[in-house]
Amino acid sequence: MRVGVFICHCGNNIAGTVDVAKVAAETRKLPGVVYATNYMYTCSEPGQEEIKQAIQKENLDRVVVAACSPRMHENTFRKTVEKAGLNRYFFEMANIREHISWIGEDKELNTNKAIEAVKMAVAKVMNDKPLYSSSFKVNKRVMVIGGGVAGMQAALDCADGGLDVVLVEKSPSIGGMMARLDKTFPTIDCSICILGPKMVDVAQHEKIKLYAYSEIEEIKGYVGNYQVKIRKKATYVDWTKCTGCGACMEKCPTRNAYDHFNFGVAPTRAINIPFPQAIPKKAKIDPTFCRQFTKGKCGVCAKICPTGAINYEMEDEIVTEDIGAIVVATGYGLFDLDKFPEYGAGRYPDVITGIQYERILNASGPTSGHILRPSDQTEPKTVVFVSCAGSRDKSLGVPYCSNFCCMYIAKQAILTKDHVPDSQSYVFYMDIRSPGKGYDEFTRRAQEDYGVKYIRGRVSRIYPKGKKMVVRGADTLLGTQVEIEADLVVLATAVISAPGAANMAEKLHISYDTFGFYVESHPKLRPVETNTSGVFLAGACQGPKDIPASVGQGSAAASKVLSLFSKDMLESDPAIAQVNINACVGCLKCVKTCPFQAIKEEVLRSGKKVAKVIETVCAGCGVCTSTCPCGAIQLQHFTDNQLLAEVNAICQS
Amino acid sequence: MDTINLSEKTDWEFIEQVQKESGQNISLCYQCGNCTAGCPYTNYFDYPVSMVMRLLQAGQKDIVLNSKAIWLCATCETCTTRCPCEIDVAHIMDTLRIIARRENRVSEKDIKLFYDSFLDSVKQFGRIYEMGTLLMYNLRSGHLFADADLGPKVLTKGKIHFFPKKIKGADKVAQIFERFQKRAKRHG
Amino acid sequence: MADKEYAYYSGCSLEGTAKEYDMSLRLVMKALGATLTEPHDWSCCGSTPAHTVDHVFAAALAARNLAIVEKMNVHTLTTPCPSCLMVLKKAHLGMTGDESFKNEVNALLDEPYEGNVISKSSLQVIYEDIGLDAIADRVTYAFPDLKVVPYYGCILNRPPDIAQFDDPENPIAMDRVISALGVEVRDYAFKTECCGAAFGVPKRAMVNELTHKVLSMAIDAGANCIAVACPLCQQNLDLRQEQVNRAMGASFNIPILYFTQIMGLAYGFSPEELGMDMLVVSADHLIRSRMPIEEYRKMKEAEAAQAKKAPKAKEAKEAAKTEES
Repeated sequence: MRVGVFICHCGNNIAGTVDVAKVAAETRKLPGVVYATNYMYTCSEPGQEEIKQAIQKENLDRVVVAACSPRMHENTFRKTVEKAGLNRYFFEMANIREHISWIGEDKELNTNKAIEAVKMAVAKVMNDKPLYSSSFKVNKRVMVIGGGVAGMQAALDCADGGLDVVLVEKSPSIGGMMARLDKTFPTIDCSICILGPKMVDVAQHEKIKLYAYSEIEEIKGYVGNYQVKIRKKATYVDWTKCTGCGACMEKCPTRNAYDHFNFGVAPTRAINIPFPQAIPKKAKIDPTFCRQFTKGKCGVCAKICPTGAINYEMEDEIVTEDIGAIVVATGYGLFDLDKFPEYGAGRYPDVITGIQYERILNASGPTSGHILRPSDQTEPKTVVFVSCAGSRDKSLGVPYCSNFCCMYIAKQAILTKDHVPDSQSYVFYMDIRSPGKGYDEFTRRAQEDYGVKYIRGRVSRIYPKGKKMVVRGADTLLGTQVEIEADLVVLATAVISAPGAANMAEKLHISYDTFGFYVESHPKLRPVETNTSGVFLAGACQGPKDIPASVGQGSAAASKVLSLFSKDMLESDPAIAQVNINACVGCLKCVKTCPFQAIKEEVLRSGKKVAKVIETVCAGCGVCTSTCPCGAIQLQHFTDNQLLAEVNAICQS
Repeated sequence: MDTINLSEKTDWEFIEQVQKESGQNISLCYQCGNCTAGCPYTNYFDYPVSMVMRLLQAGQKDIVLNSKAIWLCATCETCTTRCPCEIDVAHIMDTLRIIARRENRVSEKDIKLFYDSFLDSVKQFGRIYEMGTLLMYNLRSGHLFADADLGPKVLTKGKIHFFPKKIKGADKVAQIFERFQKRAKRHG
Repeated sequence: MADKEYAYYSGCSLEGTAKEYDMSLRLVMKALGATLTEPHDWSCCGSTPAHTVDHVFAAALAARNLAIVEKMNVHTLTTPCPSCLMVLKKAHLGMTGDESFKNEVNALLDEPYEGNVISKSSLQVIYEDIGLDAIADRVTYAFPDLKVVPYYGCILNRPPDIAQFDDPENPIAMDRVISALGVEVRDYAFKTECCGAAFGVPKRAMVNELTHKVLSMAIDAGANCIAVACPLCQQNLDLRQEQVNRAMGASFNIPILYFTQIMGLAYGFSPEELGMDMLVVSADHLIRSRMPIEEYRKMKEAEAAQAKKAPKAKEAKEAAKTEES
């Protein structure tokens, strides 16, 4: 066996704290190693060229590169050795950067540790076996989860690109948060006026199949071949018959149902259509409020419905869709008022959240677009906005910036002046964050043209005094406390991950951060990919984002799906589990522990029961290997022998 | 305020000292102003508490230790409770008072005198003898009739003792004072 | 009830200006089946003044008492004074969280403190250990006219990491305890605003303004009585109410009662036993308004019956009117 080893300096990243020349010299002494060298940037073109030439000249049949994490460049070097005629699995990478040079300062210790790491890689590569990919067919249908603006954009772009799209939305209508907004910054154009046409496009597109009021139950399979179970939640209205006439809503005697669409600004009916532009424009019963469900009698809607669409007996329905890729666009959630006891924790009706104020401003909202405060339905003359209500607050578990609040506060303050010309708005802020195109000019306009008073500081307490709400805070620029007697207070509550985000991530086998936001494959270079192949991200499920950024990601995710589906066949990763049927005792523990349902029982002709790995489903995680009591199931490229060879390499030296 | 030459007048040792003695990381403060917004005493402070934090970050030892603010703070803990960065601001104020006392620069003599009278009572009797504390404070501060108007009210209600009540272990308490003073001398 | 035994650290104020807190608390605790044992020869906790001298010294003054309690047969200390509570808990948490700090503190003490005492405010004991049901069961008197705002003061629930009880911004324990007595509790936004008591002596002008705010918000809330759980707050709001009136041109005359006094009154103890005569702002009219619970219930029933009849009577009257015309 002829092993060649290439030690990378990575500029000063590695060479700064590791004596790379010494590592190369020590490596040359290892049995099997016939060539070892160090190089400034092994990943560069000349660096790769050197590997290829060494393979030819030195007749190498195995290659080790000691450099960065395999997550960075393993693929680069596998292609390099393949081009030089070796099997791509006759290659190993020793991570001497993330694991060594970046974390230790002592050069001597680092150098010794790097030598050990190389020894392990050499031992492994000498035990490596050639592996070959097989190819499989791709189902070119895509599922988009979430019908907000990001998901709609992804769905439309995929459909326009010729793909069949399954769009799943958990609420009764698509449109997401954007459908609730009044105007959009910095252009003050009507939100539903620009979103409405897109919603109609989704509804009318022959390639888009919409499941509204539905949730993902279970996801099985792998890139190119997923089977997804969808729960169509019971609406108690047969949507094939419902015409959206609204007669039921008008006659419903229950007038105190919680209005999810309007964030509880005003109550709604137990049977309702969320908003006039809803798609699908269908009615739905809320059984927690409906008298038919709570008291067992009523039936008014069933009597009034001209098409006989009401069905109190309806049950959830599970359907299965086969698809090849998934775009996740599940959006975000918002902090509730109960997080702020010093601001009344929801006890004061005239302290509301930013999204509630959107609904009050909105012509299709409960006040028909007239600004009326919730307590007494009067027009507020003094409105105070509090930015960062929860955001950038480590003590509340939200150390990050919520991204778009500074902008929507400026917009709402401008709109307040438009609606109520003799009003005065105040904004408490810590920093004004407005880095988008035309954004900073917009916040200036709020102050210069609309007279909004910006106060640099925070609010410590809000309390009632007669009909007013006293807002007490600090103006840190003045260095004093300030008090404002307000009619209405709007809190820009923190953006958090969508409810159930973690649960969804587990169904999708994708990672999420401490806050429940989904983690992209690379923060700069793979912003819409996940580490699970075939699953892509769009919009605020990855982190707080405004409309243009969400739309951009929707399109980006669609383009990733289209490029994935440009091939008819995909190559499988051969580094998967394999059963030695002679050693297998048929206990089938592996079937139970496999998180991907990739192992099934097989009865051999002899009648012997054994485990069988479904090659395309296996993700190569290795759980089965550690479960198997007799070592019969082995993960290729990470077999017991290969791993023990690594252990021996450091323990026996 | 005069121009502060940050290259020459940043007292890095002071920053380090306050961080060490208080156990708080001063650079966590991003100057949101929440402490000032809730501080009940800020109207009387010469520097609002968020500015005390800023002056600390800038290593302005003299301004901070000579300030009235650190003595007018009553440790009501509102700042600590509301700090989004989880800084124990009230504990930093405590630490600043301790350092100021140690360096013999106390801007609010009356408050220090009141505290001293209080502690004298503890040292002497083991507990607080309210009447004695008040009289001692009045004598030392020169405010001879402070709260004299309250006297009849309190006395007729039988609430305040004319004579001190000494606990048995008063000497043990006094020993805590003495041991502490010895230790303080040892540590310089 | 062996499980309701506490070491009772009253604190210095309760021997002097807050004597009535001590009297009423002892009565109420006894009525609710809790046993209070005073630690032998306890000393002053050091309070705020000690904390301006040195962290270790301050902890030592407090820990001397914790060490005494540790040797007693009870595990839980209760103190009615929030200032004592915070000082005791700060010392305990500081010493149990940092071995070298603990050693430094113990070096100043004769008997070391090992860190085995749990400290709770008396309000916490009443609210959590005794519970609202037991509190309500013992009630024998009603207060039809009493409207209370509970004033917790600044440090009873703060900072949350030290207090480890109730909410630091909108505490509710005292609200619920008083409600359980059948007394009307008003929503009050200034529950935790500092009244300035610590500077009552040296900084009078400053304290007047803070006290004024606390009192006027209580009046705005429609209260005719403020309930407190802190001897310093009580002293400041009650004893100095007239000083505030003079300085600020106000005319407050609102009684400031310890919550334990309200409990005691509802339990039928006499005003003298509860030290009601020690209040500077008289609560006599409130005391006079209390009535035995049976009587009160009968009165309410009669009122309800009257209310039912009333519309009918009105209708009859109106019918008569139309006839007349």
